[in-house]
Amino acid sequence: MIALLLRDLRLAVRAGGGFGLGLAFFLIVVVLVPFGVGPETELLSRIAPGILWVASLLAALLSLDRIFALDYEDGSLALLATSPLPLEGVALMKALAHWITTGLPLTIAAPALGFLLSLAPEAYVFLLLSLLIGTPALSMIGTFGAALTVGLRRGGLLLSLLVLPLYVPTLIFGAEAVRRGADALDPTGALLLLGGITAGTFALLPFATAAVLRINLR
Amino acid sequence: MSLWEYANPKRFMGWTRPVLPWTFALAGLCLAVGLIWGFFFTPDDFRQGSTVKIIYLHVPAALMAINAWIMMLVASLIWVVRRHHVSALAARAAAPVGVVMTLIALFTGGIWGQPMWGTYWAWDPRLTSFLILFLFYLGYIALWEAIEDPDTAADLTSVLCMVGSIFAILSRYAVLFWNQGLHQGASLSLDAEENVADVFWFPLLVCIAGFVLLFIALVLMRTRTEIRVRRMRALEARMRRA
Amino acid sequence: MLTVSNLTCARGGVPVLSGVSFEVASGDALILRGPNGIGKTTLLRTLAGLQPALVGTVDYPEDAGAYASHADGIKAALTVTENLQFWADVYEGSGSGRTLRETALEAFDLLDLHNRMGGTLSAGQKRRLGLARLAVTARKVLFLDEPTVSLDRPSVKLFADWLHDHLSNGGIAVIATHIDLGLDAPELDLTPFKAALDQGGSDEAFL
Repeated sequence: MIALLLRDLRLAVRAGGGFGLGLAFFLIVVVLVPFGVGPETELLSRIAPGILWVASLLAALLSLDRIFALDYEDGSLALLATSPLPLEGVALMKALAHWITTGLPLTIAAPALGFLLSLAPEAYVFLLLSLLIGTPALSMIGTFGAALTVGLRRGGLLLSLLVLPLYVPTLIFGAEAVRRGADALDPTGALLLLGGITAGTFALLPFATAAVLRINLR
Repeated sequence: MSLWEYANPKRFMGWTRPVLPWTFALAGLCLAVGLIWGFFFTPDDFRQGSTVKIIYLHVPAALMAINAWIMMLVASLIWVVRRHHVSALAARAAAPVGVVMTLIALFTGGIWGQPMWGTYWAWDPRLTSFLILFLFYLGYIALWEAIEDPDTAADLTSVLCMVGSIFAILSRYAVLFWNQGLHQGASLSLDAEENVADVFWFPLLVCIAGFVLLFIALVLMRTRTEIRVRRMRALEARMRRA
Repeated sequence: MLTVSNLTCARGGVPVLSGVSFEVASGDALILRGPNGIGKTTLLRTLAGLQPALVGTVDYPEDAGAYASHADGIKAALTVTENLQFWADVYEGSGSGRTLRETALEAFDLLDLHNRMGGTLSAGQKRRLGLARLAVTARKVLFLDEPTVSLDRPSVKLFADWLHDHLSNGGIAVIATHIDLGLDAPELDLTPFKAALDQGGSDEAFL
């Protein structure tokens, strides 16, 4: 299974756009927000947690449709399905590879962008923590959505429609943790619930993803 | 004879044909009685005035918006476990009805909210949950429409329905957490049942019965249509191969 | 030993083949014949476990099968060696993959190309790499769907030689192909197994 993870990471690095594109998109969204809402520091600092979370969510969404589509087109997915790797493991590794190429860089870059939005200094720790805990769930849910739409020719738009409602709990708890951090409230509860959702998605969705892949490969 | 035999498409078409007009008639009767009773023969609420009477549309619609999803979930489970075609098609047939119920609940809620809270829309936990439910319905319907092979579509939408149900419940609690976090619990509440007296309660029950019957009638009718579509496709496929 | 009994397999919910039964003993191959669209690919996919059989059973030792489809599953951004190494890792964990990979490269005349990117290979070279993938899986029972497409004559010879070795080591192969591989293998014409119109398609319940 590690071989699959390494292969996907290597492909992401070589094909380009794996790491860079999502990050650039994240940056652009965050830069565009002040143009939309005005440059007042106070307002920006108030909405910064939400903007950062929504922007990272959209950036994660951007590369979802490539998780399985390429393997499906060149036949690798069918070969993987007949290989000794369990499809559940394949789903898990795909989600992990997606997280390492998008979620992790986003998490690392977020504080710098928080600076642009004059995020409250107390909130940085919780921004990092909440993204670190929450973005894996975004990748796993997205992998499930990608599996659902893998056989469709124009699945990209449908994928967003399916996945975004599933992102609601993660977004709520993630942004709430940062907001509470910024307001000097206790964000432990939100972080714990966020962790619970991530743990739950990783416990259940690999099975749902594998089932969906089997149906789509039939 | 087992109950499941009624789920055979041919048998289903058979027994629903006489049942369907009666269901529609009964639904119409209940709705007419309930709405007329509710609108014209109940006193105005001492606090809310006559605006309270919109509960006769709002509450049953909201109830059915959720029940429709639960029915889809049950039908999806039956399809996955027992692979009865009618079950999958009934789930598909229920989704648009559920969407319309959700929309009715949202719109009547807005109309009610305007005189009560001075706004058509607030990010109240209940209102927000219904908006999210609406999005879940849209995704479910879109997935059905996107997949050509009917069995694959039934399988995939069933999985989506099950996973979606879990996330819908999660969202419900997340939204409660989120809004309390914002407003420290001072949010608007939609608990209409809280102080509903019997005078309002009985016509409301009749209306709810009417909505349930209407839902059943619409789902039966749409399922019949879906079965006919499948039958036509099957016949066409045979003709092409012959 | 591969045993198939009374198999009905479907494409898109419609049965295409029914009542297919055969046995292939260790060291033997079976060539599937039949016109386009008869269901050779569907049968091979069913044998490989990608899709469930409507009726009947397929029996071979667990974790012994390998499948090769029309598509080779070659990554353009990986070198020939990396492509092969990946599949060697998937099938074996780690360890003896290296030697196996070398022999596979040699058997399909890919040693000179081992550092080339998958994307720069010609169609025939890709096919050879796809077949070399089968060699590194070290699986006994092979399901091959048109393995010689876009191969030139010397490459077909390479493949036939490799297959011959595989079989003489106790392997099994079920091959859908139109050309003569020079194997001394029985042929199975699928035409008589064409499914009748009413044989348990998923639409059946609606008629």
